[in-house]
Amino acid sequence: MTSSLAPPGYGRGVLIVVEHFWTWYRRNWRATAVSSVLQPLLFLLAFGVGFGSLVDRGGGAAAATGGVSYLVYLAPALLAVSAVQSAAFESTYPVLSGFKWQRIYHAMTAGPITPGQVALGHLAWVAAKMAGSGAIYIVVIALVGGVTGPGIVVSLLAAVLTGAAVASLVTAFAATVETEGGAFNVIFRFVVIPMTLFSGTFFPVDRLPAVVRPLAWVSPLWHGTELARMAALGRWTLFPALGHLAYLSALLAVGVVLATRLFTRRLAR
Amino acid sequence: MTPLIWRFLPAGGYAGRPGALILRSTTASRRAWLAFLSGFFEPVFYLVAMGQGLGSLVGALPGPDGRPISYAAFIAPGLLAASAMNGAVFDSTYNVFFKLKYARLYDAMLATPLGPVDVALGEIGWALIRGGLYALGFLSVMAGFGLLASPWALLALPAALVVAFAFAAVGMAATSFMRSWQDFDLVTLAILPMFLFSTTFYPLSVYPRWLQIVVECLPLFHAVELMRGLTTGVVGLGLLGHLAYFVVMIGGGVAVASRRLDALLLR
Amino acid sequence: MIPVTVSDMGDGLVQARGLRKRFGEFEAVRGVDVDVARGEVFGFLGPNGAGKSSTMRMIGCVSPRTGGSLQVLGLDPAADGPRIRARIGVVPQLDNLDAELTVRQNLQIYGRYFGLSKAHVREKATELMEFARLTDRADDPVEPLSGGMKRRLTIARALVNDPELLLLDEPTTGLDPQARHLLWERLYRLKREGVTQIITTHYMDEAEQLCDRLVVMDGGVIVAEGSPSELIARHSTREVLELRFDPELRPAAAELEPLAERVEELPDRMLLYTADGEHTQGEVHRAGHRPQSSLVRRSSLEDVFLRLTGRTLVD
Repeated sequence: MTSSLAPPGYGRGVLIVVEHFWTWYRRNWRATAVSSVLQPLLFLLAFGVGFGSLVDRGGGAAAATGGVSYLVYLAPALLAVSAVQSAAFESTYPVLSGFKWQRIYHAMTAGPITPGQVALGHLAWVAAKMAGSGAIYIVVIALVGGVTGPGIVVSLLAAVLTGAAVASLVTAFAATVETEGGAFNVIFRFVVIPMTLFSGTFFPVDRLPAVVRPLAWVSPLWHGTELARMAALGRWTLFPALGHLAYLSALLAVGVVLATRLFTRRLAR
Repeated sequence: MTPLIWRFLPAGGYAGRPGALILRSTTASRRAWLAFLSGFFEPVFYLVAMGQGLGSLVGALPGPDGRPISYAAFIAPGLLAASAMNGAVFDSTYNVFFKLKYARLYDAMLATPLGPVDVALGEIGWALIRGGLYALGFLSVMAGFGLLASPWALLALPAALVVAFAFAAVGMAATSFMRSWQDFDLVTLAILPMFLFSTTFYPLSVYPRWLQIVVECLPLFHAVELMRGLTTGVVGLGLLGHLAYFVVMIGGGVAVASRRLDALLLR
Repeated sequence: MIPVTVSDMGDGLVQARGLRKRFGEFEAVRGVDVDVARGEVFGFLGPNGAGKSSTMRMIGCVSPRTGGSLQVLGLDPAADGPRIRARIGVVPQLDNLDAELTVRQNLQIYGRYFGLSKAHVREKATELMEFARLTDRADDPVEPLSGGMKRRLTIARALVNDPELLLLDEPTTGLDPQARHLLWERLYRLKREGVTQIITTHYMDEAEQLCDRLVVMDGGVIVAEGSPSELIARHSTREVLELRFDPELRPAAAELEPLAERVEELPDRMLLYTADGEHTQGEVHRAGHRPQSSLVRRSSLEDVFLRLTGRTLVD
């Protein structure tokens, strides 16, 4: 009896936090259905199918896509984009709300859960959600004919890793925001949207002016897109793949350390 | 259009001072200048990335008169129209709802001589001023890239304001029926498909005929056609037809919004 | 152009007769008569949900009445809302300061809503920040201010148009004791300057401190009216003896009733209403009752409220 009152182990504490979000989500999943499933689906139809028909008709596309149809070229990249977008969204307003409006983080840490466990629990939850919506997304892509092989499952893993790296950094930033979310609009418009546009999602990065290209190299989404595309098209090249993996893992590590520290600092005061 | 409004309004709804709200908005955005500036950059990012990158995949596309134009020249007017829509809808839905329910700003304003009509006109006025500045900025960028083909392009600025007003009026009317944040999913559901499918990024000809008819009913389609005609200099009486669409939208939006203002602001 | 209904009001700033407010099925205010004279501080006292705030919003011309008549500053809110609002100041129950503006901008922009000139609001803002003791925070954003500071700023903001009538809806709810006393001092200062005030509160001490006259509201109607001392004299005794018993030794109310004018039983204690508390205390002991603790205090509005409604005020 007394043993059950001992503080939970580290991993178990994180799971308790995830369980909290899951409980909430089970009642409110409809609220996020539009943004997490419908939104990427619309992008897929507009660009993969609509714009794709224009590209494939033109014939100038083969050089860019390496011979596959535009839809097949785009699909794994959209997987990564939607992971990054939902990671960014889930780690801005919801995190600020946890500190400021609903204050659930304060409630959680009033018990034996530590701020670090809350931060990790939040990230684990976001990652789980990205994996879930990504899986649904893959089914949809397959239905419109954008899947060529089982490699797309590895693309999903790459997308989740990319999303987790972005989520950890954005979460760390959100933990420092005190006022209303004006700062988030700046993040969306100056970071997330340019990242979506300039990371080789819709076209190869070498089609951009030379001055803009370095932007892609620092963008986690570019690394994620490259990985996801290699996996989906089965065109692995060892060293670039390891490089992308290392970059994303390093970002994730930095993000997790920062988020843990900033959560601890904010919840301790 | 102002005298028409009076018939719908209760006595005491207007103090003739919407300018005070615009002053409030300009003061506030001077502190949040980065967020203010971001609204200008968003369509420019799209233009640079898509115009260059996607353009390299498809080459030239047929313009309004069938003659080929560069992909950048094709999407730029579409982005101008879409950004007028997005800004106006955001301001008249999310922003209004937030100020109403969370910041309770309108409660504070209505305790002064200001009435619901001052609030509505002030907010729409500010949305138009801001939208107008963004449109002006975007048109300058287009000019810089050599994407303006004729002097008719000057009319794209007032046209953007008409489009923005129409979407703001309808957005305000819609907001008066909103109960919670969940309802705003419907706004996304209306705006995003419009942004993606209203010939912003590729011509109507990619769709089967039945889908073309659906797209031709969407307001953003008419905004894009209007802008594309003006910036490429292919101007005909048809443009007045597109304009008429927005006149009807403005009439309907203002009529509903002004009737519902009390429901929205006074309890 | 000015409707001449002022004559029958004497010096009254607010006059309500049979005032009603209905929200769908629920009637929040069910026929209220109120007269507020120029220069006085008038209070609405009652628990949450008594209809105080609804009444205030009708007086503030932001909520249309459902029935009865109402005149504010001699004008009818239904027809002359903006003209009335131009001459009153409103402090709402929840602070609704503009989080996107600084302290100074909050005052200046609010002044502009009244159509005051730029030069005037600039000067007025400086004066009001002095009044609210916020001068050193002038150019700070509003968000990080403490609750007491925000409240003072909200009150300062309500004064930007030099109002003839100030409406304060629960001005000190949620503030710590120090902040409350500072606020009371500022409100007293305004009273001396001749600003008429209408205050709602569910704090007895606040009503006794501030109000010249007050009404007690419950369930949308007025249950008593008068000055604080009148109400106490009319509905209570001079002193109250509070007794706390061990649950097992607690006597029935009937046993104590012969010893006092009136006995109220609360979950945690018994209240004996009497002219002389110490004397009654002795009587209780002589009757063989052994309370864990006993306390003699002056009667307060809390007791009036308990008497009138059979409930304590702060649930």
